[in-house]
Amino acid sequence: MDDPITRCQLPNGLTVLLKEIRTSPIVSQWIWYRTGSRDEISGKTGICHWCEHMMFKGTQQFPAGVLDRLISRDGGYWNAFTFMDWTTYFETMPCEKIDLTLRLEADRMVNSLFETEEVDSERTVIISERQGEENDPLFRLSEEVHAAAFRVHPYHHEIVGDLADLQSMQRDDLYRHYRTYYQPNNAVLTLAGDFEAGQMLGRIQDLYAGLPAGMEVPRLKRPEPPQTGERRLVVEGPGETTYIQVSYRAPAGSDPDFFPYTALDSLLTGPSNLNMFGGGISNKTSRLYQALVEKELAVSVYGGLSATIDPYLYTINLTVHPSATVEQCLAALEGEIVRLQDTPPQPDELTRAVKQARALFAYGSESISNQGFWLGFAEMFASYGWFLEYVERLAKVTPEDVQRIAQTCLLPQARTLGIYFPTG
Amino acid sequence: MPKSHSLPGPEDITRLVLPNGITVLTRPNFNSPSVVMQGYLPAGGLFDPLDKLGLADFTALALTRGTTQHDFQQIFDLLESVGASLGVDGGTHTAGFSGRALVEDVDLLLGMLSQVLRQPSFPSDQVERLRAQLLTGLAIRAQDTAEMASLAFDQLVYPNHPYGLPMDGYPETIQAIRREDLESFHAKTYGPQGMVVAVVGALEPGQVTEAVTKAFGDWVNPDQQMPPELPPVPPLLEKVRQQVNIPGKSQADLILGTVGPERRAPDYLAASLGNSVLGQFGLYGRIGAVVREEAGLAYYASSSLSGGIGPGPWFVTAGVEPANLEQAIELIVSEIDRFTRQPVSLEELSDSQANYIGRLPLSLETNTGVAGALLSLERYELGLDYYQRYPSLIHAIGPEDVLAAAQHYLHPERLAIAYAGSFT
Repeated sequence: MDDPITRCQLPNGLTVLLKEIRTSPIVSQWIWYRTGSRDEISGKTGICHWCEHMMFKGTQQFPAGVLDRLISRDGGYWNAFTFMDWTTYFETMPCEKIDLTLRLEADRMVNSLFETEEVDSERTVIISERQGEENDPLFRLSEEVHAAAFRVHPYHHEIVGDLADLQSMQRDDLYRHYRTYYQPNNAVLTLAGDFEAGQMLGRIQDLYAGLPAGMEVPRLKRPEPPQTGERRLVVEGPGETTYIQVSYRAPAGSDPDFFPYTALDSLLTGPSNLNMFGGGISNKTSRLYQALVEKELAVSVYGGLSATIDPYLYTINLTVHPSATVEQCLAALEGEIVRLQDTPPQPDELTRAVKQARALFAYGSESISNQGFWLGFAEMFASYGWFLEYVERLAKVTPEDVQRIAQTCLLPQARTLGIYFPTG
Repeated sequence: MPKSHSLPGPEDITRLVLPNGITVLTRPNFNSPSVVMQGYLPAGGLFDPLDKLGLADFTALALTRGTTQHDFQQIFDLLESVGASLGVDGGTHTAGFSGRALVEDVDLLLGMLSQVLRQPSFPSDQVERLRAQLLTGLAIRAQDTAEMASLAFDQLVYPNHPYGLPMDGYPETIQAIRREDLESFHAKTYGPQGMVVAVVGALEPGQVTEAVTKAFGDWVNPDQQMPPELPPVPPLLEKVRQQVNIPGKSQADLILGTVGPERRAPDYLAASLGNSVLGQFGLYGRIGAVVREEAGLAYYASSSLSGGIGPGPWFVTAGVEPANLEQAIELIVSEIDRFTRQPVSLEELSDSQANYIGRLPLSLETNTGVAGALLSLERYELGLDYYQRYPSLIHAIGPEDVLAAAQHYLHPERLAIAYAGSFT
């Protein structure tokens, strides 16, 4: 985490962050666009994710098959992720081959073709992706919980989009979205790995200087009104297993309260893993594991916060034990929350959370791809400093801060509760 | 900071066999203050009686539930408090273990591994809790189209063979396993003979050897048995099919293939490179091009070659809408047919060769990647200089070698085809 960073903004608005890491002959490039499912209106849900797929369908200079072949030939790997707040594309390559991907990203920022036949063929691929997700009861439950938790804010729909919109959107809709949001002033380019920062910046300037800044990007502003009572819903489906999803309101990633909330999450369901690549650590000593799994009310529990631009959710997922009931699980969960509301945690529980975070950062730093991810991710909702200060800010959280979050955020009347009941 | 630009080889891998038979492998990496530990013992499901299928897996998972010195709570309190992780799980040939920690906690990690492997106590309450978790896992498996298709496929390809059986058992076999079975399974199969441990991270080889010797040097088990021989696999004589109906699913999962090579087979690398052309290179090779890109039938469609100690399967998988199933099968079988009739083009082969060689440094970027690579060297007796010889081994393979391997293993008229989903 301590290696120096080069940060600058080109005249066209493109933000660039570079980090030299000379441990392996590898470079990881990430380009981040400030667009995600939060920008999608009714009738166009899933457009960001579909657009992401189309970015792999080629430009005049790099036709679809050619692109894929060139990167794979060099042993590189590339992929993309669409989230609620952002869409990102990355390539991790042997360092001497990175120029190819620098040219590629600059080119496809403006020159992607979006050919009609490709759009149509990708329509069925994405519907198939959605159908694969629907096979999982937890996806179906989560989709309903989000729809209930966000009546107004666009966080309410799934990133993959609704089937109706996937069937009706057309090439021009997708292309319009691309032209609106894919431009230098709405992007952040991050590179980590084996290069000389001055040289790299020069090359980036050469490649992007000719791309003009676009118009100001439109933003949907639809804040979610305060919640004034519990929202409870049921999903029924095949199987024998009952699942519960409980979502409480959580602050934005840049909110100072995000850190005490992170400490609270660590206590209740185990430490969050901020690594895109590489596993986390177990949560068997967390309070909810102890109260639910060790008491044989649930067979698993996990939870987590997401660092987002707008206030989002803190979600706890339970798989109910075959011999327990939903009511028993909810009573035990509520019992642990009340305990935290009544009594601040012990200081050593917070010390532990800090050490866990330090360990997870050490594990994540082994991977250059992860380092490239970190450079850009926090820029989407705060700045890279958010990562640099993460452990320090977590260390400053007091037991009383955690208690206050429990008292103000973990309220039954401000939660959305979803239950998946199996029908056999 | 030292650069680890070279591929692992005899000059930086240390391999040592302790007097009690444990093989220790290590390679230092001081780029991050962390350590990864991975390994295995020959205590896999090959020992499982049919009426207690899942015994090896159950035993492996139960090891961390309590030892003669620490109960479950204490074990995970010690580990999680320092952000360390440790897990043991069962496989067909071996039980595997893995863990990671900050380098300052490596003695804790190895000490805990030693305790759980050598002195598990199998506390009754924990065994029952674990049993309920396993049974819930099996209930979830029964609803998972990909898992159920895979299970049906294994039964078709490996009748009356351990590879045809699920190593996590069936509900009735998990119910039949008693606590005493776990104890006696552990007593007769866990021991130092055949155990391999790789430790990779910020430690000098001498420190690793010392730490492993301290934790395991005095382990003896005169009762330790070696696994039974793997029976031969009867060849498929015709095209066989099985359908698994699971109501309420949007997508069907398809798996189609046959028996492939052992990892140590002379034509393994030729088969593997061929597999890359068939269904891996770029976005899933020829299969991906036909099924996903051209027909738009599936979000994923790729081929895979397992290798392994014995002859693992060579197969194609795809997730498709039930209505498109027959079309997908037809396209895939026709690609397999072409693959066994005509040699791959020089261009296709050279693409995959470049990919195999280029991606090697990327796969060895993290401690986890290096530890896995060291274990493969040992498991398949590849030699410590294997990764350095690898580029020349890959370059030595020609289209005729790939065709010979394809014709040796794949026969379009003798394939197993299994699919799971909702069919009317």
